[in-house]
Amino acid sequence: MENTKHDTSITGIWKIMEEIYDPEIPVLSIVDLGIIRDIKLNDDEFDICITPTYSGCPAMDVIAMNIRMQLLKNDCKKLKITQQLSPAWTTDWMTKSGKEKLKTYGITPPVGKSFDKKNLEELQVECPLCHSANTKLISQFGSTSCKALYQCNECKEPFDYFKCH
Amino acid sequence: MQENLFYYILCLADSSLIMGHRLSEWTGHGPMLEQDIAISNIALDLIGQSRNFYQYAASLMGDATEDSLAYLRDAHQFKNLLITEIPNGDWAKTILKLFLVSAYQFYFYQNLFHSADQQLSAIAEKSLKEVTYHLRWSSEWVIRLGDGTEESNRKIKQAIEDLWSYTGEMFQPAEYEKNLLNNSVSVDVSEIKNNWDGKVKNVFEEATLKYPEEKNIWMHTGGKNGVHTEHLGFILAEMQFLQRAYPGCEW
Repeated sequence: MENTKHDTSITGIWKIMEEIYDPEIPVLSIVDLGIIRDIKLNDDEFDICITPTYSGCPAMDVIAMNIRMQLLKNDCKKLKITQQLSPAWTTDWMTKSGKEKLKTYGITPPVGKSFDKKNLEELQVECPLCHSANTKLISQFGSTSCKALYQCNECKEPFDYFKCH
Repeated sequence: MQENLFYYILCLADSSLIMGHRLSEWTGHGPMLEQDIAISNIALDLIGQSRNFYQYAASLMGDATEDSLAYLRDAHQFKNLLITEIPNGDWAKTILKLFLVSAYQFYFYQNLFHSADQQLSAIAEKSLKEVTYHLRWSSEWVIRLGDGTEESNRKIKQAIEDLWSYTGEMFQPAEYEKNLLNNSVSVDVSEIKNNWDGKVKNVFEEATLKYPEEKNIWMHTGGKNGVHTEHLGFILAEMQFLQRAYPGCEW
């Protein structure tokens, strides 16, 4: 990681957050994921409000630690990280560029909006490798809470799908 | 009021933790890889939900942390539902236990979302999203096993016999639950019983299983008040060993 220092206004802090990546899916920043909900400045202390993705996601502790470390590197010693549970995190908050990055990385991004409440079997999930829509659901649970396991019927490769949540 | 709230949150935290812990006993031992992964993911969700509750409970007590609450309390201080501590048994028994508890949590969190306590409402909102998946997955498995082979049908029928007498406790409020009803903080569990019955009946019917219709089936109680089966002691001995043998240890 480059040790370039950033401007430490609120805008600057947002930029720093864009360089903190999900430890499990390192192409996505925590801003792409919609994990950072708000950044406030109270006197000289930054209050960073984050929201957890899935309740048991083990990456959240690592992310909080990385936020602290990155801000310390930029001489922000006074900071508070608050966790906000409501409104509950949803994949609807994932940025468009985040979804593109997922696809390039080889994980199919969420299809549709979370309020559609469609079952996984009803979705048309595209293979991120050969782009065929002829795919099948192997398991609604994958290697992490956020992913489901699919297989492409055309190229036969298995792939991960980032579930709509 | 604070003590009632503290105990209520612990009841929810403990049930999720013990349920998650039991399910995690399948990790590495699942019948097939996908099911191993699925049940591990569900266990992780539940433990994550318990963390939210423990963090809230700890914030109400000056000198507690989520870890001290989870790892340093003894069996008589735990308030989890008895059904969560019952051993997993075979796949059928685990599936049925997960189905019965997920159905309960589904309607419970739907209701808790309307709690006057903002934090409980927030935790319920988040947990409900995940429990919806748990309920779907376990319902499908109950149907698969019930309407499966002679062996799977026999095993899940046995599971119903073994577990049914632990379902009553879900709908019997403890004193601290009743005390919180006045302020619309807690869920009135008598209100969700019909929903739960309906869901279980529907899934059992599709699974060609008989819903126990007998009146006045004797039900186990006590979990919510710290009166547990012998099983909890063994769970805690394993789960809490490290923290108790090396107090204050950290990664």
